[in-house]
Amino acid sequence: MASDAINYYRNNFLKEVEANVEEGAWVKMCMQCGVCAGSCPLGNAWEHTPQKIFMMIRAGKRDEVLSSDAMWMCTSCYNCIARCPRELPITHIMHGLANYAHRLGLAPKNQPTRKFATMFWNNLTKKGRVNELKLGIALYFMNGLVNGIKVAIKAMPLGMSMMKTKRLSPMEILGGHGIKDTSGFHAILKKAREIEDAKMKKFD
Amino acid sequence: MAKKEYSFYPGCSSQKAASGSNYQTSVETMCDVLDIQLNTIPDWNCCAASIGYAEGGELPRLALSARNMALSEQASPGQDIVATCAACWLATRETKERLNADEELMKETNEALAAGGLTVKADQNVRHMAEVLIEDFGFDELGKHVKKPLEGIKIAGYVGCQTNRPFGIDGESFENPKYLDKLVETMGAEPVENYDKKVSCCGGALAFSEPEKSQALIKDIIEAAYDGGADMIVTPCPVCQLNVEAYQNDINAKYKTKFNMPVVYYSTLMSVAYGKDRKQSGLDGQIITPKQLEEIAK
Ligand code: SF4
Ligand code: SF4
Ligand code: SF4
Ligand code: SF4
Repeated sequence: MASDAINYYRNNFLKEVEANVEEGAWVKMCMQCGVCAGSCPLGNAWEHTPQKIFMMIRAGKRDEVLSSDAMWMCTSCYNCIARCPRELPITHIMHGLANYAHRLGLAPKNQPTRKFATMFWNNLTKKGRVNELKLGIALYFMNGLVNGIKVAIKAMPLGMSMMKTKRLSPMEILGGHGIKDTSGFHAILKKAREIEDAKMKKFD
Repeated sequence: MAKKEYSFYPGCSSQKAASGSNYQTSVETMCDVLDIQLNTIPDWNCCAASIGYAEGGELPRLALSARNMALSEQASPGQDIVATCAACWLATRETKERLNADEELMKETNEALAAGGLTVKADQNVRHMAEVLIEDFGFDELGKHVKKPLEGIKIAGYVGCQTNRPFGIDGESFENPKYLDKLVETMGAEPVENYDKKVSCCGGALAFSEPEKSQALIKDIIEAAYDGGADMIVTPCPVCQLNVEAYQNDINAKYKTKFNMPVVYYSTLMSVAYGKDRKQSGLDGQIITPKQLEEIAK
């Protein structure tokens, strides 16, 4: 069959991305025009632009893509989506790649946004809402105790002015904001995770 | 105008004693004047913003917003869902569109929600408060309530990214939206013409994880406002507000600048122009005081 012949020539990594990465089926639509590459606010700080990442996927460079720090520099500004002539959901593909690399354990270790994103998720899923104080504290100590104390002290004046203007509450440490139906909430997330995990196809 | 009702998704940052609590105060004041009733979604949860992807993945992340929509469908069927935070709006609207476009995703999401005794149809519109003001009221109507025009104040309208992309406000361009400027004008103040950083990114959540890189972006946003002769910046987004207001000391220390630029919400501007006091307008939540607004609100 013709479609089998096409699939035969397509490399495995592209197939893997199409199967397992959020919105990954769009990658093949990229025409390498480079518009997105000039759109990322932190584009000067990262190894690979989205355009390059998509090219590398098609070239089968699995390790390089999944260990790239590029996806973690995405600020979710949606410049790329607004501008891409092929209408690729670039932001979501970048997020999807980050998530996939993270799940496989191949994402760069100690990547600050990777750590922050994990902390954020854990913070919010615990009680259904974000506890900004605990999140802030976790953030300060992200890179260990000694460094954390330094960062926290540096941020003291900001913390104080946030408290003075009642935009941060020291009482949050005792619990703070949350939803009522936490058990239903956790059951929903657990089920969603199960469904998603079951869909994951094996590649190596 | 008759009372208008919406299903309301407040989001974490608007909670009591959270970073956007003064936004919430001024929104309530503004809605009171405009006779808007906000029916808060009962037991709403956080949407994970644009940073939930790494640990959350696709379905669990969509399930977060779907749970809110399901609760909204029960409590306020037929009403539009309105959010005041750009990231909340984006996450919820994206979920609605994804579910409507993809039957399988809809099925899976409902399977997950069933574990918590809920179902979702995703049939309510999901809108940003700015859309509601512009489309359901319009500038003329918004201007009718002005009691104290904000005369002599020059304001840079910082729209930011997520209020503007990928959805934006109907009829406005992604690269040069004008509605914030028009709103500033409607309140009697003067908008900075051609504020070139109006849709530039402040770093969003990366302000926390990549502070230096984000602060470089924020510096340009503030600098451009000064270049345009602005007395203050106005924004529709609680993340933008916090990022652009809160790090000015750090930026001053690093770049030897002397920034002291107030950053206010559109709802604060409107509350002051509508004749409300300092507290009702959320001015007590400013880290950098907008002196001219304080003066008018006195
Ligand atoms: S803008 Fe779109 S088509 Fe152009 S390189 Fe980027 S992803 Fe590819
Ligand atoms: S959303 Fe992400 S990938 Fe797209 S332009 Fe912004 S930073 Fe780049
Ligand atoms: S966008 Fe932010 S404030 Fe809004 S619910 Fe999500 S995490 Fe909370
Ligand atoms: S400007 Fe900043 S905070 Fe506002 S939406 Fe963009 S990234 Fe988010």
